[in-house]
Amino acid sequence: MEKEKNFKLKPLTYVFLTLWALIVLFPFYWMVLTSVKGYGAYNSEYIPKLYTLSPTLQNYADAFTAVPLARYFVNTVFFTVATTLIMLAVTILAAYAFARLDFRGKNLVFVLFLSLMMIPNELVIITNYVTVTNLDLRNTFTGLILPSVTSVFYIYLLKENFEQVPDQLYYAAKVDGTSDLKYLFKVMIPICKPTIVTITILKAIECWNSYVWPRLVTDDENYFLVSNGIQSIRENGFGRENIPAMMAAVVVISLPLILLFLVFRHMIMAGVSRGGTKG
Amino acid sequence: MEHKNIKAWLYLLPALLFLGVFMVYPLIDVFIYSFEESYNFASQTYTGTGSYNYSYVLRDPYFLQALKNTFLLVVITVPVSTGLALLISVGLSSIKPLRQLYQTVFFLPYVTNTLAVGLVFMILFKRTPYTDGFVNLMLSWFGAGPIDFIDGSYAAKMFVMCLYTIWIVMPFKILILTSALASVNQTYYNAARVDGTPAIRVFFRITLPMISPTLVYLVITGFIGAFKAYSDEVALFGTDLNAAGMNTIVGYVYDMLYGNSGGYPSYASAAAILLFAIVLTITCINLLVSRKHVHYIS
Repeated sequence: MEKEKNFKLKPLTYVFLTLWALIVLFPFYWMVLTSVKGYGAYNSEYIPKLYTLSPTLQNYADAFTAVPLARYFVNTVFFTVATTLIMLAVTILAAYAFARLDFRGKNLVFVLFLSLMMIPNELVIITNYVTVTNLDLRNTFTGLILPSVTSVFYIYLLKENFEQVPDQLYYAAKVDGTSDLKYLFKVMIPICKPTIVTITILKAIECWNSYVWPRLVTDDENYFLVSNGIQSIRENGFGRENIPAMMAAVVVISLPLILLFLVFRHMIMAGVSRGGTKG
Repeated sequence: MEHKNIKAWLYLLPALLFLGVFMVYPLIDVFIYSFEESYNFASQTYTGTGSYNYSYVLRDPYFLQALKNTFLLVVITVPVSTGLALLISVGLSSIKPLRQLYQTVFFLPYVTNTLAVGLVFMILFKRTPYTDGFVNLMLSWFGAGPIDFIDGSYAAKMFVMCLYTIWIVMPFKILILTSALASVNQTYYNAARVDGTPAIRVFFRITLPMISPTLVYLVITGFIGAFKAYSDEVALFGTDLNAAGMNTIVGYVYDMLYGNSGGYPSYASAAAILLFAIVLTITCINLLVSRKHVHYIS
């Protein structure tokens, strides 16, 4: 009886899952497909075709020459690397202080830190915008990066991981006369590497996709990140009708994260399920 | 001890500086802004204090439109995406072959740039003089349409907006639910099998109660996320969301702050605080309701 039921349910499950997989994949297929259709061919298709017989890479050339896509790309790489590195330094030091060092008021400070996790970005972004404007930091990388650095949640995540390192290691190191900083770099960081890699990747994804803050503090194209770039391409880039070139730009922008994901699949999924939310 | 104290604070110093300047100070400041009337950006002066900013925002038709859009988005997408994610996760947990592949595919939207893929959605749904777009082609197979989803009726635009939001939030929900389902103690299922309990009953009596804390977590984070919707809408309808009639509360805050309609940090602050109050209230209600119905095990 159970077997019989399984026979009917299993194929249904697969049909259902495949249907959702198609819904997920179709936009990606459409984006790649459109990006290799010729400009003329695309615009003559009143009924869109699901395939193309004469793929072209011309759109990719257009995407890099007609709009400063390469610049957006380089800006985003720089922004992502710099923000993530500063975040790592700040997070590791703070997590170490909470996990391993004793100081007066530690618990109070930690509770205050945790309560900051509840504060939505929308609430603080207004003043940050005013601060950065008043400091004349609009259209600079400093203005882009500094307010994007802090992540209370990652400090918390790393502190929890640091605390799992046995105390004995610390005492042994102390007996040997190892300094705290050296202990942190030689023992703690290597042991907690998986967590550190996870938060690095999550932060990098967040940086790559950030849109709101960069939009507020940059209006000079030379400082646009890819999200703002794509928006400006859409509104006045190739001329509104050159959709294939737009899609080529979209492919170029999407590719790095998809590659990163395919390589670090398990780490990213484990990291997100440990408490990452989007944005 | 004194020396140790100083060292610990030195380790904390960078974090404290960043959080102080870019989180704690702004948090206090935003409340002050919201009560300062007709604050001027350039001269940094204001004419008085009071609740005028709040009453202005609450009467602003753009804010009311944004409020309506956001509420509709929340009310539609949170239940639909959570339900759909539950179905998909149960399906995923019941199969062995290809499970990894499906999981990888389902997670893809999480790692995509919302602005970029939103553009693809726009093209799939948009009608132009040159083409009705792919979705309208599909509709025509069933003898329906064509409908302009991007510049057309409110319902059509709302439909695309909800669809895209659901597409974007599904990966997170599926991931969390599949790991919750995997962690349900197998003993319960074995006991049910011995008793010959029907699958539907097993689902409602064992699976659902066991994963209910996860569902509550997803509903709450879903509510918070949907209330803060903004980039997805920009991706679909462009930066002038007020003109498209598809603005959200967060979009209203940014429009007040910046851009053609910007330069009013006081109104932006009042709107942001209203948003925070709404989210906080709904989270508390969620927690209170769930406390009665959720089965927690230590």
